[in-house]
Amino acid sequence: MKKINELYHYFFQSTKGLILLAMSAISVITAIWGTLSGPMVEWGVRDIVVGILGMDLTSVERSGRIIMIYHVIAMIVVSIEVYMMTSIIPMRKHQQTTINATVTVGWITAMVFGLTFGYFGHNYFYHGLFLVGQSLIFFAGILLAAAIYPWKREYLVTNDDYAHTKNGYDYERIAFFVMTVAMLISAGFGAVTGSFWSNGHETFLAEDLIREPGKTALQKSIIGHLHIMLTLIAVAITLIVGRWMDWKGKLHKVGMPLMIFGTLVISGGVWSVVWTRMAHTFIYVGSVFVMLSALMLVIYAWGKLIRDRIAEQGIENPTFFQKFAALLHDPIKFGPFWQMVFMNFTVSGVGIFMAIKLEEIFRVWPAREERVTLTGHWHILSAIIATIIIMYYVDISGIKGKVRKWFGWTLIIASDIAFAAVTIFSMKRLFVTEYAEQPLVNITMLLTDFGLGAILVITGGLFFWRLMDLFKKDDALWEKEAIDSELAINPTAEMTQEGRDKIRAQMEREGL
Amino acid sequence: MKFIKVLIPFMILASFVFAKEEIEYVDSGVNPDIWITIPAGDFFYGQHNHVKTTVEYEIMATHVTNQQYAKFLNEAIAQKVIYVKNDTVWGFHPGDPFDAYLHEFEIPAGDYPLVPITVPGLRLNYSNGKFAAKNGYDNHPMVQVSWFGANAYAQFYGYRLPLEIEWEKAARGTDVRPFPWGNHIEKNRANFISSHNLFEKMFGDVVKTTPVGFYNGETHNGYETLDNRSPYGLYDMAGNVKQWVGDDHKYVHYRYMRGGNYNSYELYLRVWVRDSAGPEHTSMSLGFRCARNPVMAVETAPADSIVNE
Repeated sequence: MKKINELYHYFFQSTKGLILLAMSAISVITAIWGTLSGPMVEWGVRDIVVGILGMDLTSVERSGRIIMIYHVIAMIVVSIEVYMMTSIIPMRKHQQTTINATVTVGWITAMVFGLTFGYFGHNYFYHGLFLVGQSLIFFAGILLAAAIYPWKREYLVTNDDYAHTKNGYDYERIAFFVMTVAMLISAGFGAVTGSFWSNGHETFLAEDLIREPGKTALQKSIIGHLHIMLTLIAVAITLIVGRWMDWKGKLHKVGMPLMIFGTLVISGGVWSVVWTRMAHTFIYVGSVFVMLSALMLVIYAWGKLIRDRIAEQGIENPTFFQKFAALLHDPIKFGPFWQMVFMNFTVSGVGIFMAIKLEEIFRVWPAREERVTLTGHWHILSAIIATIIIMYYVDISGIKGKVRKWFGWTLIIASDIAFAAVTIFSMKRLFVTEYAEQPLVNITMLLTDFGLGAILVITGGLFFWRLMDLFKKDDALWEKEAIDSELAINPTAEMTQEGRDKIRAQMEREGL
Repeated sequence: MKFIKVLIPFMILASFVFAKEEIEYVDSGVNPDIWITIPAGDFFYGQHNHVKTTVEYEIMATHVTNQQYAKFLNEAIAQKVIYVKNDTVWGFHPGDPFDAYLHEFEIPAGDYPLVPITVPGLRLNYSNGKFAAKNGYDNHPMVQVSWFGANAYAQFYGYRLPLEIEWEKAARGTDVRPFPWGNHIEKNRANFISSHNLFEKMFGDVVKTTPVGFYNGETHNGYETLDNRSPYGLYDMAGNVKQWVGDDHKYVHYRYMRGGNYNSYELYLRVWVRDSAGPEHTSMSLGFRCARNPVMAVETAPADSIVNE
């Protein structure tokens, strides 16, 4: 009983346990639902899974099911980011506890009832509970925005190395706040349209609308919703890994305002897509600022990795190759920023290329080809975000030595092979005719399956190890994490004396 | 990048080496000259089952085959309706209404390419001014034909391309099934990505089309098929090669395609799924069938009499 209580405390009250719980949930969903498409269908695995679990995969309802699974996974990813934020952004303990509890009940409710509604019959009672779960996550977002409200005298930047306003307000906190509020508004964008169409009567996938002339305002807002949500999830993880690397100095001071401005412009651009054709211009402009900020983070992070490793080795005048070796020494910390660079080839670059060549190439090709390129493009971005979260989690778990290196390099190389292969596959018509495409299709599909398969295997290994750890009698990692439950970072700001006095006064008023 | 530069020419070369220009003829037992009458009345259109109505019309039981198209080319060239120039068959199109809408291209009256003669994957030979189907491909669907080429064929014989609404009714019948034959799909029910049909096994990846009406419940050279006829008796309304339809929708220059093809996953074989491309687009996985008004009927057959004629 004691152990159960301790496990409950770990999984539901400690940041590290909450992150593990959420990541495990995504892994299980991915492992099961990943069998419903692609080569698993041809190998007959889908039919077995559907038969064992009693799934109802009525063909006409596929769009609705896809919407449910996207939302379920996105909700859990957002929750993981919330756990990370409540741990790394200074706030009061009770705020962290309340936000984490709300978001946890939210994603579990949304996951259980969303998947039940989508894949096991259509009881609208379950759909209602799915909406309850999503609403709780939304509510947690409001609590988060309130907790990290940046214009409070309690949390001023105390170290001049971090970006701040003249009055000492923390630019990084402002960036997190702007991203959070933008995400809440963007969620509303989706919620309103979802409510309007209620009960799933006219479900559709955005990728099926690409060539529809005269899209309705609601269709435009759905397209805007999914784009901005993914963008903001990417902004959030960029800010989070920035804190992980203790981003500071000149690049922080320039990068943070750029990130804030870019986030505002992109979000405003997406929301305006309903009313103006200029929306894309706003989005492009905003993207430039966000990507410049991310570039500064990459430059800072890689520089720090080199400096730290060289210092650790005690080398006074390192050569280029020594610096390069130092950069690659720890793949788990090199990886997230490499993935951000790699993203430019497989996501941003493809997006910009498509925009430039829209009328010349993509609107001449069959819609199916354009659709494949688009879906490939955002699936890769989602997967890149996932790999960054996994790498951060490996660091949180304290994995060291050869395992850390093998895991890190396998994750980087396997994922990049898969993403590159998908990109080449989706744009194959640029390289090869339909008549000669089969070898290219075979190779890219093989590389994709290899890459994704390798990621699944090592990630499965990670979670198996964590599962076994729960049963250890002595020296269990989870027990240490239950005590040392917060993420190890240098905060940009600390609570000021003014803040502490305020809390003390409040506690005295309440007789505590 | 270097790797890609080396790999791609190698793969192109490999494809040509393994490409099968002539294959063994397989008789599916289905007559491609058969037309089917679709009665007037309501049916469920699209994913969301909107009730729509059609008048009575007739539609081909199968895709237009290479043999049929070669015959058309020879007749139309002889009558100077179309002509060959720069390795392409050309024909006149009177132009489409232009709305100058976002991303819409203007298609004015003029001559447009019907069939690119030298494009890889075309299953026709052209020599001494005559077209003929390549050996073994006679009863495979005509491919590498633009919308203009499909429309020219239909116009030449006094037919037309089916409208989307007509195509979907012919595929679906009057219930809400997602596939022409019913609610579920099996690997040997249609020519799609999971099929790995006889032709892929016999001739490799390059031969992916199957003879029209191949999936008719018969066993061909040891490959057992299931019958994929629609409620009205049309073959291959899902899979094999996609089919041009006739609509010229407002605000777009695109022409639409239905039915999915041999490379499609099953979700693209559902009767309401559409694809689109510019009307000049041609593909190894794209063909067509024709429709006509009842008044034009010369010879029609009830749905249950067309197998194994």
